[in-house]
Amino acid sequence: MKFGVVVFPGSNCDHDAWYAVRENLGQEADFIWHDSDNLGDVDAVILPGGFAYGDYLRCGAIAKFSPVMQAVKRFASDGGLVLGICNGFQILVEAGLLPGALVRNAGLKFVCREVRLKTETTDSPFTAAATRGQVLRVPIAHGEGCYIADERTLDELEAEDRVVFRYVENPNGSARDIAGVLSRERNVMGMMPHPERASDPLMGSADGLVVFRSMVSALAHA
Amino acid sequence: MTTVSPELIATHQLTEAEYGKIVQILGREPSYTELGIFSVMWSEHCSYKSSRLHLKKLPTRGRYVVQGPGENAGIVDIGGGYVAAFKIESHNHPSFIEPFQGAATGVGGILRDIFTMGARPIAVMDALRFGPLDDPTNGARNRRILAGVVSGIAHYGNCFGVPTVGGECEFEACYNGNPLVNVFALGVAKKDEIFYANASGIGNPVIYVGAKTGRDGIHGASMASAEFTEESKQKRPNVQVGDPFLEKLLLEACLEAMQTGAIVGIQDMGAAGLTCSTCEMGSRGGTGIEIELDRVPQRETGMSAYEIMLSESQERMLLVAEKGREEEGVFRVFRKWGLDAVAVGQVTGDGLLRVRHHGEIVAEIPNQPLADSAPLYDRPHTEPLRTAPMQVPVFASKNLTHDLETLLASGDVCSKRWIWQQYDYQVRTNTLAGPAAADAAILRIKETGAALAMALDGNARYCYLSPREGTKLMVAECCRNLAVVGAEPVGATNNLNFGNPERPEIMAQLVESVEGMAEACRFFNVPITGGNVSLYNETLGEGIWPSPVVGVVGVLQSGTPVGVHFRYPGRSVLLIGGAGACDTVHFGGTKYAKAVLHELWGLPPALDLDIEKRVQAAVREIVRAGLAESAHDLSDGGLAVALAESSLGPESVGAEIELASNLPAELLLFHEGPSRVLISTAEPQRVAGIAAKHGVEAQCVGVTVQGEIVIRNSGVELIHSRVEILRRIFEEALENKLRA
Repeated sequence: MKFGVVVFPGSNCDHDAWYAVRENLGQEADFIWHDSDNLGDVDAVILPGGFAYGDYLRCGAIAKFSPVMQAVKRFASDGGLVLGICNGFQILVEAGLLPGALVRNAGLKFVCREVRLKTETTDSPFTAAATRGQVLRVPIAHGEGCYIADERTLDELEAEDRVVFRYVENPNGSARDIAGVLSRERNVMGMMPHPERASDPLMGSADGLVVFRSMVSALAHA
Repeated sequence: MTTVSPELIATHQLTEAEYGKIVQILGREPSYTELGIFSVMWSEHCSYKSSRLHLKKLPTRGRYVVQGPGENAGIVDIGGGYVAAFKIESHNHPSFIEPFQGAATGVGGILRDIFTMGARPIAVMDALRFGPLDDPTNGARNRRILAGVVSGIAHYGNCFGVPTVGGECEFEACYNGNPLVNVFALGVAKKDEIFYANASGIGNPVIYVGAKTGRDGIHGASMASAEFTEESKQKRPNVQVGDPFLEKLLLEACLEAMQTGAIVGIQDMGAAGLTCSTCEMGSRGGTGIEIELDRVPQRETGMSAYEIMLSESQERMLLVAEKGREEEGVFRVFRKWGLDAVAVGQVTGDGLLRVRHHGEIVAEIPNQPLADSAPLYDRPHTEPLRTAPMQVPVFASKNLTHDLETLLASGDVCSKRWIWQQYDYQVRTNTLAGPAAADAAILRIKETGAALAMALDGNARYCYLSPREGTKLMVAECCRNLAVVGAEPVGATNNLNFGNPERPEIMAQLVESVEGMAEACRFFNVPITGGNVSLYNETLGEGIWPSPVVGVVGVLQSGTPVGVHFRYPGRSVLLIGGAGACDTVHFGGTKYAKAVLHELWGLPPALDLDIEKRVQAAVREIVRAGLAESAHDLSDGGLAVALAESSLGPESVGAEIELASNLPAELLLFHEGPSRVLISTAEPQRVAGIAAKHGVEAQCVGVTVQGEIVIRNSGVELIHSRVEILRRIFEEALENKLRA
């Protein structure tokens, strides 16, 4: 399988995602530059963490206009797998590929720490290899990771089983402890925690690998 | 043209003699722009004119040193064809005036020093000093400065994408008007792809890259070389404003351009901006540099030559490229990253820094004397300033458990989680041991399979009582921190924060401290490969205590990192180096004296370098053999605090300790005698065997237990508490103080 890791000016977890996919997962990975309007022959796309375009104006607000995001939208609407991590989640939300918004943490400060995530659904190409209710230890590192949406949207997300991960202890004030959500078609996922940082036991946890493994097996069965 | 009056000379902080030397070098009176150029290059900050003489005493060579002091950063060989470039720098003065931007640009500046050498930054640590957060008059301001500094460091490092993996933070009243912000950065490069700040090749283009030049930071270097007065707070426009996003782009563009092979030399524009980068590159290359200021990208209109040359706008670099390869090697790459790259001049053969503006020559100065012939002062020094008594006050504890709680809640000892949780300490996925996890931060080097360990240390209390002994203790502790994780030190960097060197009793602190550092570094075979001197740390005549900081870097060949926390109950607890000796005179600089007794007296703990070295060798071997499940050195707060810190891990494993000592209980529990390490192990015999081989005491002092901390001496219970009670005190203290 070949993963494409998008590089925006200001992406800084691009290499980490690339490394996790190649070294910890043993799959192919390529970087995709932000001004490219096609994704090449990749099987799945990762929007990595960082501060795309400096996150000026609002996190992800400028990135959504980049040429590569037009290609990502086409890829997603054709059913391609798109994973947005941290800043990547913020970009997906800004681009309208996922509902809701990510605002300043309730504590008003950047928070870097390991959190426990409860896997809420395994009915997704990102969590099929996990078990329902499985608790993963994965780090967060963000200042704007508080997930919000109006009540109707939140109800809809729950009714459609699109809340993928919830925090066991909410670190940022996210509505209903939501840490990750799926698109309606279930092929786009955004999550604030960093699975690529939890892909090697040496780093303290390899629980995040289950996300990438699920993607690989979903692609293999596609 | 402005005429140069004595008042103008004085406002540039140049003495009459220095001015005379300028006239002699030029063979004429300087222009206004030239006066500005000389004043920044010859400022204390850029020229080290008060400290240079003494810095020569430091050892700078060693088996692993690839580049010693004098470049943008020191470089050591880390094996496998790779090197580490690292240095520490202070941003004390700007951080007092504008904490957020002052600290942020401090991070930005040191990161540029690293990547200008071709190394990608992979780690930052910081040493911070503030006035007490509960100071009756300055508490509110101290809290605001701390919060601002921390968010400034977080803002810059997090966005740039470098993990802030460690550091330390202490509080003393002497920092009320003069906080310290020392930032260490380390990067990794291939050994055969190091870049130097060297302008060579006559006719080669000089190219300006990065952010545009504005009026910010003019005379920052001179500001950092003067005492603070009431007017200093008016100097806010002198503080630069940082943009970490731009710096991230600059990093990527520079590293990519370096790969093309078209770059001959490169230097960042830090203190003294365009002035410093041009004349230093020319001086090192033995060449001249001619630049045309009209071509310099500018953020504001109507800037004078003086302002452009002295601006300290951030995120800028100056490079020399091979003639004819500018487009493919530089301009193309910088366009890709959306950055300015403009040829502003060329390398010449006449050794002059020639600056043109609006068609006129506004400065023409020989590079070499400008960069290298700055005045050198052998400033008079007498006895180091100290007012603390030698006499020991009478003290007797009423409740030792309560004393331990007081220490764990004190600013110096308490958990700094509130600080480091705001830093991304994991980005780049190399952090094997981050903040507070182990005695040193540990980062893997993906390229070679090895790992680096690094630690920062400083102890102004010890250094105030004895600059020489205090500095030796500091170096010993920093090396010990590396030994505890199994690493061998390969190089060090220092930041010398002192008061006004024109006062002989302050100069004496500097001299003795440097000599102590030289002795200890020589003894431990740890060369100083670069660093920074920050003098004039005084506000309204009140100087800081002598506050040297050292950062040591070591190499780890392999192995899972050993953390400070006990992991399993039922393990043997060994005190490598034994309970140590201490009398009441050597107890006066401890955290117990400070936090519990509110006193300062006597001398710092006694250090025996030979024993220290043997303890380090023993611990290193024990850890490398995989025998230690946890390891933590005894420092602030002595045995009791080290034991508590080892117990506050995720597993809440404490210990029951049984001692047999004649020392008074306060001393036994809280003395800070060095050369001691607390280890938990499943194999006490083998640990003791290795210790014996090195001639080091290794007392088995107890056993780990779930959830409790008990210390007895000859059967008498001295301390008894629950891990969770101590944890709450330790972890909530800083937040509580900040909320006050």
